[in-house]
Amino acid sequence: MNALNPYCPDLATVQEVIQETHNIRTLRIRLNDEEKMQDFSFRPGQVGQLSVFGVGESTFVINSPPTRKDYLQFSVMRVGEVTKRIHELNAGDPIGVRAPLGNGFAYEEMKGRDILFIGGGIGMAPLRTLLLHMIDNRTDYGDITVIYGARSPQDLCYTYEFDEWRAGGVNLVLTVDAEFPGWTGRVGFVPTVLKEESPAPDNRIAITCGPPIMIKFVLFGLKELGYEDHQVLTTLEKRMKCGVGICGRCNLGPKYVCLDGPVFSLDQLGKMVPEL
Amino acid sequence: MTGKVYIAQPDLEKVLSKLAGNMDVWVPAAPANGKWGVEFMPYHSGLAPILNRRSSLPPKKVLLPQMEALLRFEYQKDPQDPSKVTLRLDDPTADSLTSRPVLVFGARPCDTRGFLTLDRTFTNGPYVDAYYRKRRENTFFATLVCGEADSACFCSSVGSGPADMEGSDLRLIPVEDGYVLETLTERAAFILDSLESLALPPTEIQEAAAKQINDEISSQPASGFPPGTVEAFRGRFENLGYWQEAVEQCLSCGVCTYVCPTCYCFTITDEMKNLEGARLRSWDSCMFSHYTSEASGHNPRPTKLERYRNRVGHKFSYIPTNYDGMIGCCGCGRCIRLCPVSIDIRKVVQGLKEETCECA
Repeated sequence: MNALNPYCPDLATVQEVIQETHNIRTLRIRLNDEEKMQDFSFRPGQVGQLSVFGVGESTFVINSPPTRKDYLQFSVMRVGEVTKRIHELNAGDPIGVRAPLGNGFAYEEMKGRDILFIGGGIGMAPLRTLLLHMIDNRTDYGDITVIYGARSPQDLCYTYEFDEWRAGGVNLVLTVDAEFPGWTGRVGFVPTVLKEESPAPDNRIAITCGPPIMIKFVLFGLKELGYEDHQVLTTLEKRMKCGVGICGRCNLGPKYVCLDGPVFSLDQLGKMVPEL
Repeated sequence: MTGKVYIAQPDLEKVLSKLAGNMDVWVPAAPANGKWGVEFMPYHSGLAPILNRRSSLPPKKVLLPQMEALLRFEYQKDPQDPSKVTLRLDDPTADSLTSRPVLVFGARPCDTRGFLTLDRTFTNGPYVDAYYRKRRENTFFATLVCGEADSACFCSSVGSGPADMEGSDLRLIPVEDGYVLETLTERAAFILDSLESLALPPTEIQEAAAKQINDEISSQPASGFPPGTVEAFRGRFENLGYWQEAVEQCLSCGVCTYVCPTCYCFTITDEMKNLEGARLRSWDSCMFSHYTSEASGHNPRPTKLERYRNRVGHKFSYIPTNYDGMIGCCGCGRCIRLCPVSIDIRKVVQGLKEETCECA
């Protein structure tokens, strides 16, 4: 972040673009200021505002882990004006970044515990950060189970990494909504697969991110399995402008998703103004 | 620091002209183009300040312009290698945003107090808004003790009052045929000093008259919200039925937010022409549906009920929660006076408190 002016992005350069699915691209960027890049530190789950100058800014999670510092990675689904232009960027193009913003995951408190990630579609992006951070510090954690689903096999992100995740001691359960030729993984919606897997809640933290309808039923499912609200974390998305708790857009009552979030426990969400 | 001068009414323009030699002086006046109302504008010789009427619009734009460039940028192409594009970025806060001091002359206590809410959000949070702070540090308030309350005024209900000088640097008291202007803060001492012989200290009689007026206005009884309103507020959020009744007639026009001294929500947009562009900050309104609507089409505040609840909640619950109980409303009454369908924020807040409210 620019210490003197939080609205002023740091200039960066796109290093590499990965086409994840038909509408999701992953950008790997480096800050132009080499010293700043070396010193850049963040927590898994923190976000950044990417700028395409002349079009605008949008918020995305930094989905490379702090343990891997060659680049900062952002996965972007093409939905609106800014994301459309981000998808047009190629290696070598300039981009602006204001990061890190937000609170991130309290991963220190998860040490020694079993972990359950439940992701849907682009919702895997924020989970990947924490997952890789945990793989890089594997002995700190117990069982790590990932339930990751998408509409079709072509809608799964990070497929090229799945072997690495498994090799890192992750129990990876993949599911798609319907049968597809050649698909050997599970078939069914994420909440259904969660029920089938039924990871025990004892000493476990569940972290979920995905489309609102998936989250809704995942939360029901977790409750049924006996998870308490403080054991369940999610990371929220809101329309944001300033990203620093000033412009007044992403608040849930007195809490700002950009500043106090985006990571909240179900416990915290239950006490907040219901404007999700 | 306790400098005081008497300004006779006929000398007011001379005094303002003198001050305007060293500072940007903003005064309430009528726009020359015949537009309705009184608003704050930079003083120039010949402009007649209007101090005996409340201004239609607060001086909010002095510290938070309705639109300003946060950044300027330019793409540069390399003629030797057309595929290579670099970017030059200019941050206007890096150089002096405002080199001259600014004096807001003749704002009412409610208007000056409005900036206390903005101060907290823009300069007391984890991130400081460099644009606002630079202007704020350079801005002085000569606040007029207010003798013209109308039926929409409720400053004394929100922790203020018609003689409240919190946030002010000078006190301006209207007396017969003129004004007594008194320095309240050390940092503003230079302002009266700069007048030199143009304004003399008040006579004993003038001073006594000023004191009497100030005392009278200060002692007006406080009316309005009973204690516990803010606490009660929090328990009623989920009851959309209440909000349905409170804002059934709301047109979502947003005028309440634009005329409000404490509404500061803004948007940030980019504008481009050829290879050059600017990132602009503009006033926005939480009463508009697009304010929170997301690219996916999802809107966390889908109807005016949630939006109005957010506006009132922000002032009477969220700001007090985040900033030591201070209510984020200055009681100026503009949203009541100017609402085309006569929504009264006092009744809405009061209704939240009343247990017998029909809509509960």
